[in-house]
Amino acid sequence: MNVWQLILITLVKIIIIITILLLSVSYLVLFERKISAWAQNRYGPNRVGYWGLLQPFADVFKLLLKEDIVPEAANKFIHSLAPFIALFIAFSTYAVIPFGPQVKIFGEPIKLVVADVNIGVLYVLALTSLGVYGITLAGWSSGSKYSLLGGVRSSAQMISYEVSMGFSIAGVLLTAHSLRPIAIVNAQYGWMWNAILQPIGFITFTVAAFAETNRMPFDLPEAEPELVGGYHTEYSSMKFAGFFLAEYANMIIASAMIVTLYLGGWQIPYIDKLGLSMGLTTILQILAFVVKVGIMLFIFIWVRWTVPRFRYDQLMNLGWKVMFPLSLLNLIWAALLVMIFNL
Amino acid sequence: MSLYDVIFYLFALVTLVSAFMVVTTKNIVHAAFYLLFTFFGVAGIYALLGADFIAVVQLMVYVGGILVLILFGVMLTNKITNVQIRSGSTNLVAAAVVIGIFAGALLTMMLNTRWLVNPGKTLITTIPQIGSLLVKQYVLIFELLGILLLIALVGAASIARKEEREK
Repeated sequence: MNVWQLILITLVKIIIIITILLLSVSYLVLFERKISAWAQNRYGPNRVGYWGLLQPFADVFKLLLKEDIVPEAANKFIHSLAPFIALFIAFSTYAVIPFGPQVKIFGEPIKLVVADVNIGVLYVLALTSLGVYGITLAGWSSGSKYSLLGGVRSSAQMISYEVSMGFSIAGVLLTAHSLRPIAIVNAQYGWMWNAILQPIGFITFTVAAFAETNRMPFDLPEAEPELVGGYHTEYSSMKFAGFFLAEYANMIIASAMIVTLYLGGWQIPYIDKLGLSMGLTTILQILAFVVKVGIMLFIFIWVRWTVPRFRYDQLMNLGWKVMFPLSLLNLIWAALLVMIFNL
Repeated sequence: MSLYDVIFYLFALVTLVSAFMVVTTKNIVHAAFYLLFTFFGVAGIYALLGADFIAVVQLMVYVGGILVLILFGVMLTNKITNVQIRSGSTNLVAAAVVIGIFAGALLTMMLNTRWLVNPGKTLITTIPQIGSLLVKQYVLIFELLGILLLIALVGAASIARKEEREK
């Protein structure tokens, strides 16, 4: 395989993933509204298309046609740049998440991941730490105190929860002996899922993922009763939609990361015992990945419409005094597992 | 010139130009932004040299940690953005002498070190080697650095709490 072939295959993968991601983001918004409606005993959107299925397109057109207002006190350049940073980081994180095993297309072995890098997990951590920029810059450049407060809250929150997130991942890396996402999935063969081996780590990582994506109960950066809209108070039209898209794309990535690290990725236990053909197995495994991510997304939405928002001091106490010690405990547990059972 | 060289010079250009802008710009927020590109350029060069771990840690620590803290400081300081920072040059002779000595030391180091030839062509991850070196050969320095960081943290916390007690 020469360089140009490699570039072509990667480009095709990128286009497919971006398309799927954009479509699923817009439908995730619809599902969020539907699930919130069920939680509150309403119908939810049901006017545009059957069961409201065309609602996402109507929303996008509405946002495109709205006037784009930039406040007088804003730093114009950074104000426009911030949503793009948020979107860029949200979408480029997906490059290292594998959604299926290796397949053969036209005799060429192709891995179902855009970039199979040795340090994939670190890459995701690095990009999440960059995710602070989009929100912080949006908050600062708007020239409004509500936005600034939202931006500052968000940065403090993300930096605090990154610590327990990193330590939870360290436990997974210990049992997988690798930082490569595909190797981590392969290490969870059968029922050896990390969620079962390291339940504490699974919980701390999931909670940290909620905090990193600024989802309820951790959505203090945009707490409506106190901050109007937080960091995106002064945004309108497609720039606002950019933050909206980035938030939902981050949710999909957080779910995909939870599935890859803790729920066995595309693995289905004992599928190789059934004697199915290679092609059918691969399709079932990709479907398993999609279903697992879907279940995690449902939990994300479910929690949002069930649990009330934290107070700020509660958030910091939880992050540093509960989550951090728990994730350290999980690291010791994982080290013991590796030492005793030679995983 | 191969593709490899083109990418190398691209990253080098980004690093040097943005580093130059950091020290010459008059707006402190813009300086912080140019610093972002400098860090990215350096990370790119690390990745190009096959040092995958160092490249990502460069992003995590410098871009994701230190620069965010710098931006925090800038954002939370009232009316700092309108202040014109002085970026002229004084004491040219003394500066030239010091820089000359420093450049000379760097150059002698560069010429006398036996460098790894043909780097970046092998795609072997460097993490196992770095890890075993840190806990075997350099374990004392590693632990000492950890204690140093802890001292800095405790010191920062005690300075931050002092004002509260005076009230």
